[in-house]
Amino acid sequence: MTIYFDNAATSYPKPPAVLESVIDFFKNVGANPGRSGHRLSVEAARLIYQARESLAELFKAGDPLRVVFTHNATHAINMALFGLLKPGDHVITGSMEHNSVARPLRHLEKLGVELTVISADSKTSLIDPADFKASLRKKTKLIVTLHGSNVTGAIMDIKGIGRVAKEAGAFFMVDAAQTAGCFEIDVNEMNVDILAFTGHKALFGPQGTGGLYIKEGIDLVPTIFGGTGSASESDLQPGFLPDSLESGTPNTPGLSGLCAGVDFVLAEGVDKIRTHELNLIRVMEGGLSKIDGLLQPVRILEESRLPIFSFNIDGLSASEVGLFLERDYDIMVRVGLHCSPWAHSTIGTHPCGTVRASLGYLSTKAEVQTFLAALEAISRRRQVS
Amino acid sequence: MKEALVITFHSTHHALKAERILKEKMEVLVIPIPRSISANCGIALKVEGQDLNRIEMILSERPVPFDGIYPYKNS
Repeated sequence: MTIYFDNAATSYPKPPAVLESVIDFFKNVGANPGRSGHRLSVEAARLIYQARESLAELFKAGDPLRVVFTHNATHAINMALFGLLKPGDHVITGSMEHNSVARPLRHLEKLGVELTVISADSKTSLIDPADFKASLRKKTKLIVTLHGSNVTGAIMDIKGIGRVAKEAGAFFMVDAAQTAGCFEIDVNEMNVDILAFTGHKALFGPQGTGGLYIKEGIDLVPTIFGGTGSASESDLQPGFLPDSLESGTPNTPGLSGLCAGVDFVLAEGVDKIRTHELNLIRVMEGGLSKIDGLLQPVRILEESRLPIFSFNIDGLSASEVGLFLERDYDIMVRVGLHCSPWAHSTIGTHPCGTVRASLGYLSTKAEVQTFLAALEAISRRRQVS
Repeated sequence: MKEALVITFHSTHHALKAERILKEKMEVLVIPIPRSISANCGIALKVEGQDLNRIEMILSERPVPFDGIYPYKNS
């Protein structure tokens, strides 16, 4: 039986309702949402509106019209950063960021945006909110951070960082790619102004879905202009959400599946999902610490981590371990740098990278035990040869 | 019997939000925009036997941005 431990890249398998929802769209709806007055077009638009409603409920965001859809979290993050920052603005971020934040910020830096990157602790990969506070300047426009690390699984102190941003009068943006769906998010309690999410990880939607929650009162300058099905008498971009940031035909079958995925999360409950993942974390941590020659670059308390584990086996390269896991045990993991050169530099694993095993709500304790046994065997093999 | 009312919106997304909210309290029909009314998006909502002020109040409370509310004679 294949074991899929690459859920931080994309979740697999998906709940059956997600597949059914995508098929149902193609079988029974099929039309372009909001572009025409006919029944099928309205039905397509209704599917997307339901997805907005479910996400607003999950993030406790209030108005569903403040949820805007994109193709993925990277697209959402770019839209927010380029729609908000101008030359002369100062932005603060941390050294655990994925390239989805690092690369657009490096580009904006070339255009005249001032950038501060705070180093995370190399042993925990966490950042003290006080470090954000110490880096504030008069012209600090934005603090942006990921919520959960795709490399180490560390969960940042979003509430603490949000408080710093609020006190400074700066916007606060959170990349929730790894946490949306599996960890409690309350945008008001956490002072989040902009939340970027992806649909295809812990929200169980299809790839090609993601989006932004944007707090009332924040106007992002669009980066993509075009047809919205609204204000069609004008050749100017509409100024209201979600239309202003949703030009072009959306991924309706994908969003229909995403809606089913979010509804699955809401029905299960984030608490129950988190409890199951915590159980998996305990089994995994207990097992990993007993394997001879297994090196974990960071140690994080279970309450501030996701079921994402980066490690190496002494004497083997990450890609060798990945190869053995797949070839000999049919276990899928991701090796290398995980699109995160900053993060790997922070924890001392750049440029060789790590083996990353990432679990999800649909992973089981039995799978974790099989995985641990396989790692132990690989580690022993190393000692023999 | 009060006249039917047609509510128009800038965006289909707004119309669908209004549909959800009004449906909790009354019968609502999604209709293609009538030719006699010019509006910005392809659909409108139609309600029967309702007071215009009440509709306006419900939509303003939540809030849902809408374009206009028009009396509408069934043809």
